[in-house]
Amino acid sequence: MSATHHHHEEQDFLFKYIFSQDHKMISKQFLITGFLMGFIGMVMSTLFRLQLGFPGESFWIIDFLLGSWAENGVMAPDKYLALVTMHGTIMVFFLLTAGLSGTFSNLLIPLQIGARDMASGFLNMLSYWFFFVSSVIMLISLGVEGGAASAGWTIYPPLSALPQAIPGSGLGMTLWLISMAIFIASSLLGSLNYIVTILNLRTKGMTMTRMPLTIWAFLVTAILGVLSFPVLLSAALLLIFDRSFGTSFYLSDIYIGGQVLEHSGGSPILFEHLFWFLGHPEVYIVLLPALGITSEIVSTMSRKPIFGYRAMITSILAIAFLSVIVWGHHMFVTGMNPFLGAVFTFTTLLIAIPSAVKVFNYLTTLWKGNIIFSPAMLFSVGLVSTFISGGVTGLILGDSALDINVHDTYFVVGHFHIVMGLSAVFGMYAGVYHWFPKMFGKMMNNTIGYFHFWITIVTTYGIFFPMHFLGLAGVPRRYYTNSEFPLFDNMIDINEFITWCAIIAAFGQLLFAFNFLYSIFRGPKSSKNPWRANSLEWTTPVEHIHGNWPGEIPEVHRWPYDYSKVDENDNYVSGEDFIPQVVPLGPNEKDGGH
Amino acid sequence: MVALVAIVAVLLIVISAVQTLKIAELWAINKGKVIYEVTEKQNKTQALLMLVFLVAYFAFFAWQVWKWGDLMLPVSASEHGVVTDRLLNITYAFIIPVFVITHIFLFWFAFKYAYNPNRKAAFFSHSNKLELLWTIVPSIALTVLILFGLSSWNEIMTPVDSEKEHVLIEVQAQQFSWNARYAGTDGKLGRAGVEFIEGVNAMGIDIEDKNAKDDKVVRGEIHLPVGVPVQFVFRSIDVIHSAYMPHFRAQMNCVPGVKTQFNFVPTITTEEMRKITNNEEFNYVLLCNKICGAAHYNMQMDIIVESKEDYEKWLAEQKQFAEN
Repeated sequence: MSATHHHHEEQDFLFKYIFSQDHKMISKQFLITGFLMGFIGMVMSTLFRLQLGFPGESFWIIDFLLGSWAENGVMAPDKYLALVTMHGTIMVFFLLTAGLSGTFSNLLIPLQIGARDMASGFLNMLSYWFFFVSSVIMLISLGVEGGAASAGWTIYPPLSALPQAIPGSGLGMTLWLISMAIFIASSLLGSLNYIVTILNLRTKGMTMTRMPLTIWAFLVTAILGVLSFPVLLSAALLLIFDRSFGTSFYLSDIYIGGQVLEHSGGSPILFEHLFWFLGHPEVYIVLLPALGITSEIVSTMSRKPIFGYRAMITSILAIAFLSVIVWGHHMFVTGMNPFLGAVFTFTTLLIAIPSAVKVFNYLTTLWKGNIIFSPAMLFSVGLVSTFISGGVTGLILGDSALDINVHDTYFVVGHFHIVMGLSAVFGMYAGVYHWFPKMFGKMMNNTIGYFHFWITIVTTYGIFFPMHFLGLAGVPRRYYTNSEFPLFDNMIDINEFITWCAIIAAFGQLLFAFNFLYSIFRGPKSSKNPWRANSLEWTTPVEHIHGNWPGEIPEVHRWPYDYSKVDENDNYVSGEDFIPQVVPLGPNEKDGGH
Repeated sequence: MVALVAIVAVLLIVISAVQTLKIAELWAINKGKVIYEVTEKQNKTQALLMLVFLVAYFAFFAWQVWKWGDLMLPVSASEHGVVTDRLLNITYAFIIPVFVITHIFLFWFAFKYAYNPNRKAAFFSHSNKLELLWTIVPSIALTVLILFGLSSWNEIMTPVDSEKEHVLIEVQAQQFSWNARYAGTDGKLGRAGVEFIEGVNAMGIDIEDKNAKDDKVVRGEIHLPVGVPVQFVFRSIDVIHSAYMPHFRAQMNCVPGVKTQFNFVPTITTEEMRKITNNEEFNYVLLCNKICGAAHYNMQMDIIVESKEDYEKWLAEQKQFAEN
C-alpha cells in the first residue's frame, strides 16, 4: 500500500515537471533550456572575441574552457570557425527560435485567447522533448573527434560536405545535421499546435480582431515556420545523401586532397537557395514574436492603446508575405542570374515599408502616453531603437549594387546582430520581465533590471555599431585574425574596443541570471494583475492550475487595448486607466470597431 | 587549488548578493512599500536616462566617425565603383536622417511622457491619415533608391562586349591560394577542368586544346592595365570561395562546378593610390571572402594596376602555357 502511494507521488513529480503536458510548464522548460543554450552561445562569442581583440595572445580561460581546441591558451584557426558556427546555430535556432517562440507562444496562446490548454498537449510535450534531444546532440557534437561543425551556421557545401575540407565536417557535421532535423520536427510540432489552437480554441467573444498583437505575431510566426522549415529539412537530407551515400546534389568538379572526386553535375547554389528559403523567413520567425511582445508591453506600460492595431496586423502579414520572396538577397554575388538579383532587390527593399509603419506606430503609441518604466518597458524601448538602428542599414545590404562591396563583411555582422539578434534578445528579456509573475508567481527585482538594461544596451551597441566601420573598411567576417593583411593593421583598435564591450556585456547578463534565479526562489509574491493590464492572462489565478481558470472560461467583450479610455466628461470609463477584456461595454460606451 | 579558491569566492559573492537583496527588500517592506512597483522616483530617473542615452548614442556615433572615419576604404579605383559610392552616399543621406529623427522621437517621447498621476494618457488608437503618411513617404523614397540601385546593378553585371578591347583573366580559387591565367594573344581561354590537374598544371588546363597554348598562368600577383575593361572569370576547384577586391568595389563567389564572372575598369594605378592613401607600401589586394576552411583568414593575392605600356611589358615576360 505504502509502496503504491510512493510510486504515485513519484509519477506526479515526473509528469508535473518533466513530461508535463501543461502549456505553462512546457513554456518554462523551453525558457530554461533556451537560456542555458543562449548562455553557452554567449560564452563562445566572448572566447572568439578574445582571439579577435588580442590575436595570438594566450588566455587561461580559453585554455580552461577549450582544452584540446586551444593549445597554450590560443585557439586553433579551424576551432575558431567551429566556435563561430556553433555560436550562430545556437543563438539563431536554440535561443531565438525555440527559446523565444517556444516560451511565449506556449505561455501566452492559451492564456490570452482563453483556452484551457493547447489543442494537443501531447504533441506540445513532444515538441519540447524533440527540442531537448536536439539541444543535447548539438552540445555532444562539441566533444567529438575533429570538433563541431565548422562551416559557418549556413553550412554551405562543399565545405560542409567534405571532411577533407575542414575537420569539423566529419562527425561534428553529421551530428549538426541530425540535431537540426530533430529540431525542425520540434518546431513543426509546436507551430502546428499554435496555429490550430489560435484558430479553433478562442473563447467566446475573442474574435480575430480582438486578439492581442502577441497572438497575431505568434500565429504568423508559426505559419512561416510551417512553410519554410521543411525546406531546410530537405536541404539537410540532400546534404546527408551527398555526404554519406555518394549522391551529387550539391557537388561537382572537385579536386581536393590530391584527388578528383567522383561527384559531378550538382551545384552548391542549389543548397544556398534551399537554405535561404528557410534562412530569410527565419529572421522573421525570430523577430515577429519579439515585435508582438513589444507591442503588448509598449501599450500596457504607456497606459495607451497600441496605435494602429489593424495597421500593425497588416504590417505583420505584409512582412511575413515578403519574407518568403526575398531569400535571394543573400546570394547577390553567388553567380546567380543578375536578373534574379534585380527582382530580389525590389522585393527586399519593399520590406522597409511595413517595417517603417511598425516603427512609427510604436512612436505614436508612446506619444502622449503615461509611461511606466518597468524593466520590460525599457527593453521594449530598446527594441524599437535596435530595430531602427539595424533596420536602416538593411537598405544598403538589400540593394544589390551596394551589397557587392559589403557582402560577407563585418557590415553584415553588425547589421543582423542589431536588427535581428539584439531586437529579438531585447524582446525576449522584455517578455521575461513582463510575464515572470505569470510564469513563476513572483516578481523580479526592478533595480537590478534597470542596471541590466542599461549595461546591456550600452555595451551591445558598443559591440555591434563599430562593426559597420570594419565592414566599410573591407574587413571580411569569419577571419580568425585580421593580422595577415597590412590593409587591416589599423583595425586592431576597433577590435579591441569591441572585445572589451563584449566582455562587459557578458558579465552584465550575469546580473539577469542572478535576478532570475533569486526571484524564482526568493522573489516577492506577485499580485494577480501586477501591471494593471487588460488581456486575459491576468484574470487567471497566480498559482498555476490545470485548465487555467477555476470556473468557466471568461467571455471577452472588447479588444485588449482599452487603456485610459474616457467618457465625454474626460473621466475614465471604468474609473481606472484600464478596462480588462472581460468587462462588458458600458451602456453609453462606444466599442471603437472591435 | 586556484579553481577551488575561485569557486569559493564566486559562491561567497552570490550568497552576499542574495542576503543584501533580501535585506534591502525587507527594509523597503518595513517602510510600507509594495517593493516591485515602480516608484515615482525610479520612473523619473529612468525617463531622464532615456534622454541621457539619446545624447550619448549620437555622441558615440559621431565619435566613431571622427576616430575611425579615415580608416574606411579610399576613393574607388574602378569606374563603376564611383557610381556605387555615389549611390551609397545617397542612401546615407536618406537613412542617417531617418535614424536620427526617429531616435529623437523615441527617446524624447519616453522622457517627456513619463508617468504623471495627474495626467491622463490620450486615447488615440488610430488615424488613417497618419498611417497613409508613413506608408507613402517611405514608398516614394524607396522607389528612388530601387530605381537608382537597379540601373547601376544592370550596368555592373553586363559582361564586357567581347568585340571591344579588354583583358580576359581567369581566377581560380583553391584552399588556400589563388591562381590566375591570362587569355593570351588569341583572347580565348583554353579548356580547363579538375580532371587535368597534375603537378605544375595546378589550374587543370587541357594541353590538347589549341586555345590553351598561348594562355599565361601567373603566380603571386596579377597586373591590370589602367583604363581598360577587365573581364574576370572565376572558378573554384574545391569549396566555395569569394573573390573580393574591396578597392574596386568588386566581389564574386567562386563556385566549384560553376563559372562566374565580374568585370570592371581600373581607374587608378597602384602608384597613384599610394599617393592618395599616403602609404608607400599600399597594394591592391584580392582576398577570400567566403568561409573556406582553417586558413580562410589568409588567402590573398596582390593586384598591380599600372599604365598600359608597363602592363604589356610585364605580360610579355610571362611564359605561355605551351612553354612549360
